[in-house]
Amino acid sequence: MSTDLHDLSVADLAAKLAAKEVSSVEVTQHFLSRIEQNTGLGAFLATDSAVSLAQARAADVRLAAGERTPLLGVPLAHKDIFVTRDFPTTAGSKMLENYRSPFDATVVGKLGQGVPGQGPGAGMVTLGKLNCDEFAMGSGNENSAYQPVLNPWDHTRIPGGSSGGSAAAVAARLVPAATGTDTGGSIRQPASLTGITGIKPTYGRCSRYGMVAFASSLDQAGPMARSALDCALLLSNMSGPDLDRDSTSLDLPVFDYATDLIAASSGGTRATGLKSLKDLRIGLPRQFFGAGCSADVLQAVRAALAEFEKLGATLVDVDLPLTELSIPVYYVIAPAEASSNLSRFDGVRYGHRAASYGDLTDMYKKSRSEGFGDEVTRRIMIGTYVLSHGYYDAYYLKAQKIRRLIAQDFQTAFTQCDIIAGPVSPTVAWKIGENASDPVASYLADIYTLSSSLAGLPGMSVPAGFGAHNMPVGLQLIGNYFKEAQLLGAAHRFQLATDWHTLAPKGT
Amino acid sequence: MALTSQDIERVANLARLELRPDETERVLGQLNGFFALVAQMDAVNTDGVAPLAHPAAVLGQVALRLREDIVSEPNQREASQVSAPAVERGLFLVPRVIE
Repeated sequence: MSTDLHDLSVADLAAKLAAKEVSSVEVTQHFLSRIEQNTGLGAFLATDSAVSLAQARAADVRLAAGERTPLLGVPLAHKDIFVTRDFPTTAGSKMLENYRSPFDATVVGKLGQGVPGQGPGAGMVTLGKLNCDEFAMGSGNENSAYQPVLNPWDHTRIPGGSSGGSAAAVAARLVPAATGTDTGGSIRQPASLTGITGIKPTYGRCSRYGMVAFASSLDQAGPMARSALDCALLLSNMSGPDLDRDSTSLDLPVFDYATDLIAASSGGTRATGLKSLKDLRIGLPRQFFGAGCSADVLQAVRAALAEFEKLGATLVDVDLPLTELSIPVYYVIAPAEASSNLSRFDGVRYGHRAASYGDLTDMYKKSRSEGFGDEVTRRIMIGTYVLSHGYYDAYYLKAQKIRRLIAQDFQTAFTQCDIIAGPVSPTVAWKIGENASDPVASYLADIYTLSSSLAGLPGMSVPAGFGAHNMPVGLQLIGNYFKEAQLLGAAHRFQLATDWHTLAPKGT
Repeated sequence: MALTSQDIERVANLARLELRPDETERVLGQLNGFFALVAQMDAVNTDGVAPLAHPAAVLGQVALRLREDIVSEPNQREASQVSAPAVERGLFLVPRVIE
C-alpha cells in the first residue's frame, strides 16, 4: 500500500471500506496499534481493543450485506465528556474515576450503534476515550486529573483545551476524526493550536444528552478532523433533533453538509451551500486585530484572508465593541451554570466518596473536595458566589444583560458581512506549565472565542499556516445562526486552494 | 470591593466544599484577581436590556419543550448502581440522617 491508512481522510477511508479494498477490522487494528505506539502523548484515557474490534466486525457485516451509509466502519474516538456504555467515562476528573454509564450519549449513538428509537446509527467504530481538561474547564489540557496532553508539533507545549486529547490524536493521526465539545472555545482553540479543522455548530444543533454538563446554555458538541469535508461528514451524522432527551435540541431536520459541499464545489445548481466565494463578504472585527494579538498569529491570519480575497471574497471591517467584555461575562455565566450542574456530584449515586467522614454534610464536603481539582473548585466557588444572595443582580444578571448586547452586536455585524473571520487564539501553543501560576491570566487567552459562544453562533478553526516556533495557527470563521453549510463551504474552498490542513507533525 | 477569608468560607460552605487554610488564602487571592476583571462590566450601560439566559431565546425557541410524562427508558437499576459508592439491596447508602 503506497499510503498508510492513517494518512487517509475520513472520506477516503469510507470509500475504501465501501469498495471492499480494506475491512473495518483491518483499519481498526491499524489505528489501535498507532494509539498503543503513541501513549506518551497522553491523548487517550481509555481504550479497549476487544470492544473496538467487535464494533468493527459488526460494521464489516453491514458492509458485506451491501449497506452504504457514508461513515460505516470508519473509526473515531470520543472526548471523555461523552458518556459511553462500553468504555469508562471520567470527564478528566478523579470524581468519575471508574464511572460506567448505563447509556450512550446521543452523539455517540448517532455516530456509532444507534440511538433507541432513532434508527441504526452511522456504524463508526469507537477507538477509545480522549483526554480533556477536568469537566472541560481549561484551555491547555493541563487541568486533566490524569495527565497533560502533549502537542504533537512540539512535545513541550500544550495542545490547547479543553478538547486537547481530541486535537492531539487527530493531529498525530492516531484517529481519522474525533468528537469534541465547545463551551467557550474548546473545539476551535485546540484545533487551531494543533493545525487541524474543527467546528462548533449553532447551539442546539447537536444533542447535549449524555454530555457531562459544564455550562448548559453554552455547551455544544462538534467534530474535529483534518479537513472541512471530513468535519462536514461527521456533523451530518452527529447533529439533528433529539426532542425527547434534550429540551434545547433544535427542531430542525438533519442537513447533509458533505453532499452539499461536494455538490456546491463541483458547480451543482441544487446545492444550498456556498457555490462560490465571489459574493462572500468576510467581516473583520477591528477588536480581533488589535495589539492583544501577537504579530506572528496576525501575519498567518492576514495571509489566509489574502488567499480568500484571491478566491473572490471581499473583506470588510466590522465592529464587535464588547469583545473584551466577553471575558468577564463568560467567566461569570459559565461558572454559575457549572456550580449548579456540578452539585450532582455528592458521593451518593456515582462518583468519588471520601473514605472517612462524619455526618451527611461532612460526607458531601470531603467527597467533593477530594474529587474536584483546583480549577473546577475555583469555578464552583465563583459560580456559587455570583449566584448567592446579594450578588446575583450585580454579577449574574448584569452578565446576562451584556450577553444580550453581545448577541445583538453580532447581528449588526452580519448586516455588513456573511461570515466573520479573525484569529482563534492570540498566540500559538504555549509551553506546558507556563500559565499554571495565574489562572485568571489564562482566561484572557480565550478572548476571540468567547463572544460567539455567548451568542450561540457556529464557529470553526481552519489551519492557516504557522507562527512563532513553527507552531500551527488557525483562522477562525464565525457564521450566523444555522449557517454551518456556509462556514464549511468557505473552509472547503480555502482547503482546495491551500495545503496547510494536509501537513503533519514530524515523525507522524 | 474585595472578598475576605470569611466570604470564602461562607461560599465554600454553600458549595459544600472544604478548603484547607492555605487553599482558602490561595482561592481568596485568585477570586479577588478575578473580580477585578469582572468590575469592567460596571462600565456597560444595560438600562432596559433584558437578560439573555439562553441562546435559544435569540433563536426564537423561548418556551421549553415538554414531552409526555411517560416512562421511556427500561429499568436499569443495576447498571445505574454499578458506579455507586455504597449500595445495599438496590438502595443507595448514606450516613444516618434521622436518629
